Amino acid sequence: MIPLAFDYARPDTLDDAIALLAEKGEDASVLAGGHSLIPVMKVRLGAPEFLIDIGRLPELSYIRLDEAAGEVAIGAGTKHRDVVNSELLAAEVPLLPAVARTVGDPQIRARGTLGGTLAHADPAADLPAAVLALDGTVVLQGPRGKRSVPIGEFYTGVFTSVREPDELIVEIRIPRCGDRGWAYEKFTRRSNDWGIVGVAVSGDRIGLVNMGSTALRATATEQALAEGRPIAEAAALAAEGTEPPSDTHGTPEYRTHLVQVLTRRALETAHGQR
Amino acid sequence: MSILGTRVVRTEDPVFLTRGATYTDDLTDERLTGALHLTLVRSPLAHAEITSIDTSAALESPGVVAVVTGADLDIAPALLFPGANKAMTRQFLASDRVRFVGEPVAAVLTEEFYQGEDAAELVDVEYEPLTAVIDPLEAVRDETLLFPEAGTNTAAAYGHGTEPDPSWFDGCEAVVTQDIVNQRLAAAPLETRAASAFWEGDRVTIYLSNQNAQGGRDEIAGWLGLDKDKVRVVLPDVGGGFGAKIGSDPEFALVAWLARRQGRPVRWNESRSENMTGMVQGRAQRQTVTIGGTREGRVTHYRLDVVQDLGAYPRLGTALPVFTRMMAPGTYDIENVESRARAVVTNTTSVAAYRGAGRPEATAAIERAMDLFAAEIGKDPAEVRRLNVVAPDKFPFQTKGGAEYDSGEYAKALDLALTEAGYERLRAEQKARRERGDVRQLGIGVSSYVEITGGGAYAENASVEVHDDGSVTVLTGTSPHGQGHATAWAMLASDQLGVPLEKVTVKHGDTDLVPQGGGTMGSRSLQTGGVAVHQASAELIDLAKQRAADLLEASVDDLELDPANAAITVKGVPGAKSVTLAELAAAEPLKVDTTWDGEKPTFPFGAHVCVVEVDTESGKVTVERIVAVDDAGPILNPLLCEGQRHGGIAQGIAQALLEEVLFDEEGQPLTGTFADYGIPSAAELPSFDLVEMTTPTPINPMGYKGIGEAGTIGSTPATQSAVIDALSHLGITHIDMPLTPLRVWEAIHSAAEGSK
Ligand SMILES: Cc1cc2nc3c(=O)[nH]c(=O)nc-3n(C[C@H](O)[C@H](O)[C@H](O)COP(=O)(O)OP(=O)(O)OC[C@H]3O[C@@H](n4cnc5c(N)ncnc54)[C@H](O)[C@@H]3O)c2cc1C
Repeated sequence: MIPLAFDYARPDTLDDAIALLAEKGEDASVLAGGHSLIPVMKVRLGAPEFLIDIGRLPELSYIRLDEAAGEVAIGAGTKHRDVVNSELLAAEVPLLPAVARTVGDPQIRARGTLGGTLAHADPAADLPAAVLALDGTVVLQGPRGKRSVPIGEFYTGVFTSVREPDELIVEIRIPRCGDRGWAYEKFTRRSNDWGIVGVAVSGDRIGLVNMGSTALRATATEQALAEGRPIAEAAALAAEGTEPPSDTHGTPEYRTHLVQVLTRRALETAHGQR
Repeated sequence: MSILGTRVVRTEDPVFLTRGATYTDDLTDERLTGALHLTLVRSPLAHAEITSIDTSAALESPGVVAVVTGADLDIAPALLFPGANKAMTRQFLASDRVRFVGEPVAAVLTEEFYQGEDAAELVDVEYEPLTAVIDPLEAVRDETLLFPEAGTNTAAAYGHGTEPDPSWFDGCEAVVTQDIVNQRLAAAPLETRAASAFWEGDRVTIYLSNQNAQGGRDEIAGWLGLDKDKVRVVLPDVGGGFGAKIGSDPEFALVAWLARRQGRPVRWNESRSENMTGMVQGRAQRQTVTIGGTREGRVTHYRLDVVQDLGAYPRLGTALPVFTRMMAPGTYDIENVESRARAVVTNTTSVAAYRGAGRPEATAAIERAMDLFAAEIGKDPAEVRRLNVVAPDKFPFQTKGGAEYDSGEYAKALDLALTEAGYERLRAEQKARRERGDVRQLGIGVSSYVEITGGGAYAENASVEVHDDGSVTVLTGTSPHGQGHATAWAMLASDQLGVPLEKVTVKHGDTDLVPQGGGTMGSRSLQTGGVAVHQASAELIDLAKQRAADLLEASVDDLELDPANAAITVKGVPGAKSVTLAELAAAEPLKVDTTWDGEKPTFPFGAHVCVVEVDTESGKVTVERIVAVDDAGPILNPLLCEGQRHGGIAQGIAQALLEEVLFDEEGQPLTGTFADYGIPSAAELPSFDLVEMTTPTPINPMGYKGIGEAGTIGSTPATQSAVIDALSHLGITHIDMPLTPLRVWEAIHSAAEGSK
C-alpha cells in the first residue's frame, strides 16, 4: 500500500511540463488528479520514477465556447466537479456534466480530471463513452506540436491509446448539441461504484461503458435507428460487436443482456418516450 | 425524573468529532520512542510448502534492522481455539507450510515505516504449491488435508453422534428441503489491526485495537509463556470491531516477542489490503434445512445441517455452530428439532465472530425454511409464522434447541411490524403490479427472530469510587469500541448517586486498572457490565449510609440519599443535617468493587418487515422500507439504542444484498479492496422505521437485554425473503445471498428458460 520511491516536479507552465516529459522519457508519468495513477502505484502495479504534476496548471483548467467552430473546448486539467457544475456545458453538451456526476463520489470528482480519465483509457470509465457519444476530439500536444484525434480513433485497447508517451492531452473539444436528446444509464451495485455497464446516448449516437477493451459505439443499434427501426428493436442489437468482460459483478451473458435493456431505456429517455 | 431512559447525547462525541480519537497508531507514549516498524511478508499462495527463505537482500535494504523468520522463533505454534482439533496449530511465522493467502512468513523491522514495504519485497520465499481446498463441502471429504497430522479437516463436530433417521419426517403432510449458503463476510472496521509493545524489565505493555483487554492479555501471556501479571494490555480508542477484534491475533503476540528480541519498542499497523485477508472473517456456513408439518400450517419437524467454514486455522468460528444449533428453532414452538454441524478448515482466511456470530445464521435458516414451508402449503408466510410462534404464556420456554428463553411476546412483535408496514395494503399493491406485468415488482419479506445475548459470559465487574471533589470514577470490564459506554455507564452511576453526569468518568481497557473483565461482545455489555455499575453504585450508597450514620447520629435505616445534592441525609426531616458523598470520601476512600452475575443469558426478540422493489429486467433490488420491531427490554438510552439498530440493520441488509468475501479456486482473494467488497453507503439504504416494544427479562433487576446485534439478525432474512417474494410468481423459491443484480437476474433468467 506504499508506492516505490519516486521523484516529483511541478512545472509552472505547460511548455515546461512538455519539455520535462520529453527529457524524462518513458520513466516519467504525468500526474493529474492522481485518482487512477496513485492507486496503481500503491499496489505497485506501476512504478514511475518521476512524476510531473500538471494538476494545478491554470492553462489546462477552463471551459469555453468556441462559437466559430461550433464547439465547446475543455482544458484537460478540468476537474470532474467543474464539469458537473458548468452552466455552459449544461446548456451546450448536457450529457457530459450528467455523466461526470456519476463518477465515483464527491471526493473523486473534486480531484479527478477529464484529461486524466480520457488518458487512462479504462474501458470501465464513464467519460470516454460519453465523449464518444458526443463525437468529441482529443487535442494532444508534445515536442512536435499539436494534433487533434477524433475520440473514435483515440483508443487502441485496455489502458492504451494513440497518444505518444511524450504527448499530453491538453484539450477536449465537443460539438454543440443543440436540442438533441440525451441520456445516461449507468448500472451499478452501489451508487458510487464503477459501472457494470453504462450507456451514453446523444441523439442517435451511443457510447458503451465496460463492454469491451475500449469505450465502444453501439454501431448496429445506431444503424438500425438510422434505418428508422423502432427503439426496442434497435436496442436489442446493442451488444453486437462487443466483447464484454467477466468479473464478480457480471458475466458476459449478463452484460450482453444489460446493455440491451439500458440502451432501450436511454434511447427512450433521449427521445422523450420515458 | 430519572435520567434512565432518556436521550442523553453521547459524552464521548465532542472529542471524536473535533480533535479526533487516539487510536493505537496515533499513540505518542514516550516509552514507544524509537520504536521499530514491523512489516510482515505474507504468503501469496493459499496452500504451499515453504522450501526456502532468503533474507539477505532484504537485510541490505535501507533502514532494515532485522528480518525474522519462523526459524528464529522460540514460541511454540499455538492452538488458537481451545476446543478445536489439537493438531491444528498455527506458527507465529510460517516456516514449513502456508495455509492461506496473507499468512505471515517473515517479519521485517525497519527504522522508518516507509522502508518496510520496500524491504519486504526483497525477502525471497520459495514455495512448492499444494492443492488448495477452498470449498468447505470439499474439505469435509478429507481428500486433501490441511494438517496431515490431524488426519482430517474437521476441527470440531456437533451432534454427529447419531445418524439422521431417514423416516423422521414420515408423519408430515408437507416436507421441504433446501441447501442454503450463509456467505462469508468481512468485518472491515475502519480502524484496521494495530499493536505496539515495549518492555520494562521482564514486563511487557501492549497497546492494542481490541474488544477485550483482559482476554487478549491472557492469550498473549499463554502464547509467549509468560505469567499474566507480566503482560499489561491497554486499549486506546478502538475504531470498530464487529466481533473481529475479540481475542488476540497471533500478530499481536509477535509484536511483543519482537520487541523483546530487539530490545526496542515495536509498532505495527496493517494496511487495508492486509486487513482484507489477515483479519478474521465471519458467517461462512453451508446449511441444509428440512422442515415438515401439517397442511394447515403447523410445523412439527425441523432439521438443520451445518458445515462451518473455519478458514485455515480454527478460531472463534469453531464455536459459531454452537449458537446456530442452540437458536435453530427461532421463535417457533416446534415439537421435533435436530441439528448437526461440522466445522472444517479450508485454505482461506480464518473465520470468527461477526456481528451476531452464529445467531443470524440460525435465523436466516429457520426463516428461509418457514417461507419455503408456507409456499409449499400455499399459505401466507406471516400467517404461518403467527401459527407457530411460542405463545406468551409458555415462558420461561425450554426449546428443543437447548435454550431457555426468558421472556417474549413473539406474535405481538410480528403483528406490530405487519401493522406498521401496512401488510394487507402491500399485498394488494403487489397483486396489482403482477396483474399489470410491471417491470418493477414489489416484494415483502417478514422475519420473526429471537437471539441470545450475554451468552457464555454472564458475570461482569464494576468499581465505583466517589472522590473528595465530588467526581466519580467508574471502572468496567466491558470494552466499548463505538457503543457509548462512557455515556451509558455514567447515566447508571449518576442515577444512583445523584452526581451530575459530567462528573462521572468511565474507564476501561487497561489490565492494570481493571484486571478482570469479559469485554464487549455478544451484545453482553449492558445486561452484565451495566447492571454491575448499577449494583456497585447502589452498594456505594449503602456504604455511605453506614459511614454517615455516626456523623448524623441516626440509624442506617433512617438515612437516604438526597439526589439533588449527592448527600446522605435523614429521611423525612426537612432541613436535617446531611453529609455529602464528597465529604465522606475526604475522610476515607469511598469505593465499591462488585461483581454482578446474571447466571443466564437473555433472549431479545423482534420482527422485521422489508419491502423491496425488484427491476425484473436488470435484477437490481431497491430497498423501499424496513420496519424493525426490536425488543431488548427497557431502554437505557434510546439514542444509543437506535444507533445500534441502525448500524445492525445496515449490516444486515448488506449481507442480504451486497457483501460477500470471495476466493477463486486457487484461494486467491477476489474481494480484497473496498471497490470489490460491497459495503453499502447511505444511498443504498432507506430510512429505517423503528418500532418500540418493551418486554423485560427477569434475569436482572433492570430488565435489560442486549441490542447490539439484533439489526443484523432480523433484517437479513426479511430482506432476502422480500426479494424472493417479489419473484415468487415466476416460480422462484430460493436465491442465495447476496442477492446481487447478477444473481437475481440469473434466477429470473433461468426461471424464464425453465418455463419455455
Ligand atoms: C474510488 C474511486 C472511484 C472511482 N470511480 C469512478 C467511476 O465511477 N467512473 C469513472 O469513470 N472513474 C472513476 N474513478 C476514476 C477517476 O475518475 C479518476 O480520477 C480518473 O479516471 C483519472 O483522472 P485523474 O485526473 O485522477 O488522472 P491521474 O490518476 O492523475 O492519471 C491517470 C493516467 O492518465 C495520465 N494522464 C493524466 N492526465 C493526463 C494528460 N492531461 N495527458 C496525458 N496523460 C495524462 C497519467 O499519467 C496516468 O497514467 C474512480 C477513482 C477512484 C479512486
